[in-house]
Amino acid sequence: MVYLTRKAEFAASHYYHNPELTPEENRRIFGKCNNPNGHGHNYTLEVTVKGEVDPHSGFVVDLKQLKEIMHREVLDAMDHRFLNKEVPEFFTTIPTTENLAIAIWQRLAPKLKAAQLHRVRVYETLDLFVDFYGEA
Amino acid sequence: MKAYLTRRYMFSASHRLHSNAMSEEENLAIYGKCNNPHGHGHNYAVEVTVSGQVDQSTGMVCNLAI
Repeated sequence: MVYLTRKAEFAASHYYHNPELTPEENRRIFGKCNNPNGHGHNYTLEVTVKGEVDPHSGFVVDLKQLKEIMHREVLDAMDHRFLNKEVPEFFTTIPTTENLAIAIWQRLAPKLKAAQLHRVRVYETLDLFVDFYGEA
Repeated sequence: MKAYLTRRYMFSASHRLHSNAMSEEENLAIYGKCNNPHGHGHNYAVEVTVSGQVDQSTGMVCNLAI
């Protein structure tokens, strides 16, 4: 079993707001992140897949294919977008780094054929990141 | 859904590796340059990871701001 990680970067804006809470509660819980005009991050995405090395190709996964899937499913949808307004998952859930990692997993997992998705890691900053392993 | 959230912090500190239970020669043999009585320093990085269910109301495992 070998693990292979591919990295990509994207920039997006978002804000944190739960319509079921009062404006005061939203401000208390989310602080500056509650500003309805949004703010942005340069995100770094790390996608790790695992699998046996194909003796014919020497690959766990075709890196070009993985890059294309990451671009099509994630970057084309999220790069330079306002996540709350332009990415359907976040019309109803709050685009925190946690939910971003889950949404990216759900976009990628069904598209990967030979290799199995192992981990999605999303860095909001160099010092803050979330890992999701598809666990319930 | 269970997610893991990591926060990284940086700090700098000086130290010296030395055991009083050993002779000067033993300390030098085991710790080498790290046994220098004047010490030396490092830039450390510490990563703290917490895990838990993502709260439906906040979208968070753990609120870092509160």
